[in-house]
Amino acid sequence: MTLEEKQQDIIDEFAIYDDWMDKYEYIIELGKDLPKIDEDLKTDDRLIEGCQSRVWLASEFKDNKMHFTADSDAIITKGIIGLLIRVLDQESPENIAKSDLHFISDIGLHEHLSPTRSNGLASMVKKIKMSALTQLAK
Amino acid sequence: MAESQKKSFNVKEIREQFPSLRQQVYGKNLIYFDNGATSQKPQVVLDTLNHFYAKENANIHRGVHYLSQMATSAYEDARKTIQLYLNANKSEEIIFTKGTTDAINLVANSFGELLDKGDEILISAMEHHSNIVPWQMLCERKGCILKIIPINQKGEIIQEEYDNLLSNKTKLVSITHISNTLGTINPVKSMTTRAHAVGARVLVDGAQSIQHKKIDVVDINCDWFVFSGHKVFGPTGIGVLYGKEEILDKMPPYQGGGDMIAKVTFEKTTYNELPFKFEAGTPHIAGAIGLGKAFEFLNTLDMEAILQYEMELEAYAQDMLLTFEGLEVIGTAKKKTSVVSFAMDKIHPFDIGTLLDKQGIAVRTGHHCTQPLMDFYKIPGTTRASFAFYNTKEEIDIFISAVEKSISMLS
Repeated sequence: MTLEEKQQDIIDEFAIYDDWMDKYEYIIELGKDLPKIDEDLKTDDRLIEGCQSRVWLASEFKDNKMHFTADSDAIITKGIIGLLIRVLDQESPENIAKSDLHFISDIGLHEHLSPTRSNGLASMVKKIKMSALTQLAK
Repeated sequence: MAESQKKSFNVKEIREQFPSLRQQVYGKNLIYFDNGATSQKPQVVLDTLNHFYAKENANIHRGVHYLSQMATSAYEDARKTIQLYLNANKSEEIIFTKGTTDAINLVANSFGELLDKGDEILISAMEHHSNIVPWQMLCERKGCILKIIPINQKGEIIQEEYDNLLSNKTKLVSITHISNTLGTINPVKSMTTRAHAVGARVLVDGAQSIQHKKIDVVDINCDWFVFSGHKVFGPTGIGVLYGKEEILDKMPPYQGGGDMIAKVTFEKTTYNELPFKFEAGTPHIAGAIGLGKAFEFLNTLDMEAILQYEMELEAYAQDMLLTFEGLEVIGTAKKKTSVVSFAMDKIHPFDIGTLLDKQGIAVRTGHHCTQPLMDFYKIPGTTRASFAFYNTKEEIDIFISAVEKSISMLS
């Protein structure tokens, strides 16, 4: 599945919800299901401090693909992290660097990625892209 | 306002004067419980702002023309209204600032110039960052020492500890009247008396008290009282520094520019008198006039009845919240009002706040610009519902069911 197909997949999944609470119920389930980041990796250098919630992000480069695990202390943030990882995990650094993550606004969650929301998600996306660019520069 | 004018308090009538309360968000009737962050504006304030820009707009204190005189007198009338509301002795004691933060920075910079190395400044452990950081910056600049008055688990200042910290080295005490995070009402009058006994000056941060209770600066006897206009039903970007004339006279100007001067030459500039000495540049004229109107609006209301009503709202919300298992109310001072902050085992405030928002309820989540206080309670943040006199018990009932629904989704 391409990165674009993965985004479309998520948009289709969310299309069935017309109520905000149902949408968030689903995000919360995703948050609960997200494999947790290894406790050893929850170090300060992997911490993205938001005003509202905190995010830990670990990235790895293997077989020309980027691999991400992440966690948050807030479950809704974690659910959205789950979506971002589903789209970006196992992609090449090139794909990640040039990706346009439109699905977030398509499913009505753009407010969570606004830099002023300060839940750590906007910084997380920036960090993911930076790590992809760092790989490309090597 | 004539003393004979009848003061009243009727929630339904009050709500009708706040157009922003009559709207839906996400298809639900808006319940606005974020009054600690900012208040909504009554129609009279909105009309005043509109009227000013439509009919009176001109710069003040410098024009010979009609509009400038109109604007100047509206601006100075607002100062007078605020002076009378606060029971200050003179209108010269009312300085317009951008807000509470700006007012505290003014005192820290100006009065701070009169302090020396080793002088001590006392603040409490429940202060907002805006009543911490300006003093830390002053201490770095001048070598003063910042000391923190501890609080107990309920969120009350430990008065014995305060007495122990006071000494002839104490030059300034800066405390919040009502805590934005805990709702605690601090005994500022008695704390002021004790600070004065050792020769210290007192600043009271009224950002969270001016909208909830009648303020009498002469009765409190503090040296400065500061607040933001937007939290007291006025516009944003305007606030007030009340200061006793005697101390304001001693303080050097903070910012230089137009309006604050008597005479400027390249050799020597002499400064204007109070209050203009501290109002450099064109001020927020419309904001000041709008704020004056907000106080005229408050003048028609029975503030005693309002304080009582808001304390009831807060107690009602607190009692209902405490029925949830694993929920802890942060800040249970004997004397508190208008704010109920809570934390939950295993549920993050951000999650609750997000779900409440989608149910049409505006609350604040996070550390509320009081990070040291969050460290004291060892929590990342709280969910805070903060009330104003236009809120109702019915809204609290809806809020409580929304909290219940959120908890069940998150558990």
